[in-house]
Amino acid sequence: MRLDRIIRGSLLGYVFLALGFVFVPIVISFIFSFNEGRFPVLPIENFSTVWYEAIWNEAPVPRAFRFSIIVGLSVAAISTFIGFATAYTDFRYRFFGKNVYLALALLPPTIPVLILGLVMLMFLGRVSLVGELHSVIFSHVVYCTPFAMALIRLRLSQMDPDLERAAWNLGANNWRGMLFVILPFTMPSIFAALFLTAAVSFDEFMIAFFVGGVNETLPVRVLNMMQGQVSPRINAVGSVVFAVSITLVILAQVFLLTRRGTGRLKAPV
Amino acid sequence: MAVAETEGVTASAGRNAPRPDGYALFWGLPLALWQGMFFLAPLAFLVVMTFWSVKNFRLEPDFDTVNWVKMWSKGYVVDTYLRTLGYAVLAAVVCSVLAFPAAYALAFKVSPAIRRLGVFLLITPFFTSYVVRVYSWQAVISDNGILNTVFAFLGFGPVEMLNTLFGTVIGYMTLCLPLVILLQLFSLANVDRSLIEAAHNLGCGRIRTIFLVIIPSAKVGLILAATFTFILCFGDFVSPVSLGGSKPPTLSILIVDTVKQGNHWPRAAVVAVTMVVTLIVVAFTALYFAYGHGRARR
Repeated sequence: MRLDRIIRGSLLGYVFLALGFVFVPIVISFIFSFNEGRFPVLPIENFSTVWYEAIWNEAPVPRAFRFSIIVGLSVAAISTFIGFATAYTDFRYRFFGKNVYLALALLPPTIPVLILGLVMLMFLGRVSLVGELHSVIFSHVVYCTPFAMALIRLRLSQMDPDLERAAWNLGANNWRGMLFVILPFTMPSIFAALFLTAAVSFDEFMIAFFVGGVNETLPVRVLNMMQGQVSPRINAVGSVVFAVSITLVILAQVFLLTRRGTGRLKAPV
Repeated sequence: MAVAETEGVTASAGRNAPRPDGYALFWGLPLALWQGMFFLAPLAFLVVMTFWSVKNFRLEPDFDTVNWVKMWSKGYVVDTYLRTLGYAVLAAVVCSVLAFPAAYALAFKVSPAIRRLGVFLLITPFFTSYVVRVYSWQAVISDNGILNTVFAFLGFGPVEMLNTLFGTVIGYMTLCLPLVILLQLFSLANVDRSLIEAAHNLGCGRIRTIFLVIIPSAKVGLILAATFTFILCFGDFVSPVSLGGSKPPTLSILIVDTVKQGNHWPRAAVVAVTMVVTLIVVAFTALYFAYGHGRARR
């Protein structure tokens, strides 16, 4: 069937085109971060690391980087805990008003980040919590918890509820059932949730922009640079962020794969 | 009491509904407390804020509908609202249509290994900064940017792309296209292959199979993908500013301008509440179309 091959070929070409669209900005940013010239125009000038040196020596950037790390780690820990607790509650209990409870758990990402930021600024300003690093953390947890909850709930739905009941029948109380049945089973999704929420928080700039005040996180720093003048420093920052995130993701993958690998080894052949 | 307790436990083994004890509250309460304090309370405050007044640049608690009346009697606010709706619909349609062939190819035309590679590549942009990607697009589509350099080399141009609707849509696609391809891909991958074969056996052509069998079977995922695009683009601030040139404005730009220029928080809150209500209506309508009816049709 020649027609089949032509269709298949053009569809695959289209996939390449779509991936090209997705990767053009990432690759361009990477290339121009090593370009000596100030303006991102062709032809490309000499290779240089001058923009990386510039961001390293420019006080706000390493500071913003440090803030982003602190915020990302705290947000990952808190929102993964709340997400896990909520997913488990949904998995195990039925109660009056559960639909409202679940709506509360999943709604925040549908609100535009601009509005969330604005709302947080108004509200936290009233209760004098605004302009600090922890106000960014509070707000990011609201935004990130649904992602953690969804991931962990997905994993729990693959689990047979009778496993936990079996543990109780064998004399485990609630807490021991949690520790020896639920936690081991959901562990991969807990790690996935930790990395995902850290990454979401690391990249979120609108809420952080509104409530962070002078405590700029990295993406907020980039936003502020963009409103200033054209500068390849943005490309350099972007490439560093990308390198950090992708390293985290690959590490998470490797970690999950090796764990699964040892699990398989233990199983009888 | 002890009897009641035992009964509760027996019931839980059967129907999964133990009475709330310390253990249940420990897992159930964190979300309620956190989202109540940092999500519901702020949203409620936003609604209250729309009725406050501003006197001499100072906020004063009040109950006055003047902000609502003032904002909605202005022609440009209504225009901006309709324009933003239009942009978000345009983005949803453009992304869905452009994503579909790619999702289709990855779902049906490649080996599982290639599909996994495709998924991996499509997830990658989520770990890069959206702001940085938009900034890169500026370098590509600006008047003396990369594309126009290529155009000049080919002997035409310059084509104005930055600070136009085209630029804004490029930004929206940067934000949404990978997500839409992924969601469409997952729903297409779950389409029952035997349905497609049955259609082919019954003499249904390729294109007709796509429209009469594949798209209806994958309806939920396709609608969800379009809805996500609508939601994300309706509230996006970065693309219309950095690639669309903020003129004409969208609602997010209007909010920021209202706050910056007059320090008029209550009026910004009016726009924000309107946006939230619109999004909730759109989300529920989409869910209704995705899951609700449609079973009856066939």
